[in-house]
Formats: sequence, structure tokens, C-alpha cells
Amino acid sequence: MRIPILKLYNCLLVSIQWELDDQTALQFQEDLLHKIHETGANGVVIDLTSIDFIDSFIAKVLGDVINMSNLMGVKVVITGIQPAVAITLIELGIGLDNVLTALDLEKGLEKLQQELGE
Amino acid sequence: MSIQSCVTIINEWDIVAARQLGRNVAKELGFGIVDQARITTAISELARNIFLYAGKGQICIDKLNEGGKVGLAINATDNGPGISDIRQVMEDGFSTSGGLGAGLPGVKRLMDQFDIESSPGDGTKIKATKWLR
Ligand SMILES: Nc1ncnc2c1ncn2[C@@H]1O[C@H](COP(=O)(O)OP(=O)(O)OP(=O)(O)O)[C@@H](O)[C@H]1O
Ligand SMILES: [Mg+2]
Repeated sequence: MRIPILKLYNCLLVSIQWELDDQTALQFQEDLLHKIHETGANGVVIDLTSIDFIDSFIAKVLGDVINMSNLMGVKVVITGIQPAVAITLIELGIGLDNVLTALDLEKGLEKLQQELGE
Repeated sequence: MSIQSCVTIINEWDIVAARQLGRNVAKELGFGIVDQARITTAISELARNIFLYAGKGQICIDKLNEGGKVGLAINATDNGPGISDIRQVMEDGFSTSGGLGAGLPGVKRLMDQFDIESSPGDGTKIKATKWLR
């Protein structure tokens, strides 16, 4: 299964709607980088509202894809992290430091536009 | 008193099956959303370690009822290579696979009790328990 990546003006929009298995997570990493390259987008919002847990593997895949996108000159904002997910991530010892986050999709898009200076 | 159900871990899909089993049992026992996430995450870490380092093993979920105290225990067992330095693998950031090294120390923090038995050649046995408050 592949995670759909939508283009909205100069941004890419990703909403992860179901539990991620390892293959889907890795495929998403690759798909997002190709889509950035193809569309010339300069920002990405990844919405995790429907995700009810994140383990160390998924956290690493997410952190890596954010760093890879930054290398390509693209800013990424993560939105919609649920309270239970925030608590377990910190207990796992994963702070996602230096990652841009926002409460919901709308605030995430605003933050992205600010970051991009538009 | 305990009732057990198990998932054999051989491939990545079994990791998904094990955490779904754990979440369902946690829900059934009355654990709240945050504890459900803790239990699901802990199972995912232990199942993935089996898949990555031992190749094959088992995750069993126990429903516990000890003198009116209700709990859930995750038993992760494998006959893989085992671990020679347990103190080292319990350190944050230690990984032999380029991972974050967050799995085992993380599971210990997510759960209430954590026991590990492992020696080279003998495989690994981990039991992690969460009590309902
Ligand atoms: N079942 C096991 N059998 C043999 N070795 C194991 C087992 N589980 C863990 N280990 C060893 O312990 C190390 C630490 O495990 P831990 O889960 O904490 O981190 P990781 O798997 O390397 O990375 P992460 O879990 O953050 O993705 C592993 O790198 C591996 O060498
Ligand atoms: Mg691990």
C-alpha cells in the first residue's frame, strides 16, 4: 500500500491514515523524495492525526525523511501528534529535536508559509 | 491466574499482528489510551528485535489477575544468538544495526516491570508487565 502525496500550490500534503508497516514506511520515504524532486515543491506537511502509536523504527524513518528533505532544500512540518503518541515518544527517549511541528494541519500550513517567508 | 495468546514472529507482517493482538487485549482489560499506546509500542519494539536479530521467535500476551490486580504481560522469546552484555544493550543509543538504540531501554520505561534473560547461544527471553491502575 502507498501513502498518497498531494500537491497544494508550492507544498506537498501527506496525511497518514492507517497503521504503518515497515514496507509502507520505507516506500513513503522514497516516494516523498521523488515527489519533491518532480514537483519542485518547497515545503511538506505530514499529518499524523490518525496515528495512535510510533515506535523507534517509524520514528527513525520519519526523522530520516525530514533530514533528507532538508538536504534537498525543503522544509517539513509534522502535525497532529496525539497526546498518547507524544508521551510514548518521550518515554522511548525520542524527542524529534529540531523538527518543526504544529497542532493541526491548518496551523502546520501556516507555520510552513512563515518558515518559507511567504 | 493468566490466560495467554501468542503470535509467531517470522516476518514484518507478524510484527503488525503482534501489536494488534496486544492492543486488543489491552483494550479488553480496560487500559486507557495512553497505556494502550505504551503497550503497543513496547510489543512493536520487542517483535522487531526478534525479527531483526533472531530471525524467528514468539510474542505471547498474558492477561494477569493476581489477587485482584489486573495486568498485561508481554513475553518475547527467541532462540537467536543471545546477548553477551546486557548492560550495554540497555543503554540509550546502543545499536548494532544502525537503529536509534531506543528499543530496549524504551520498553523498560514504557512498562512497569522489565526482566531480561539472555546469554550467547541460548537465545533471549524478555518479560515486560503493565498493571492496570
Ligand atoms: N532478541 C535479541 N537477540 C539478540 N540481540 C538483540 C535482541 N534484541 C536486541 N538485541 C541487541 O540489542 C541491541 C539494542 O536493542 P534496541 O532494541 O535497544 O536497539 P536497536 O534495535 O538497535 O534500535 P531501535 O530499537 O531503536 O530501532 C540491538 O542492536 C541488538 O544488538
Ligand atoms: Mg530494537
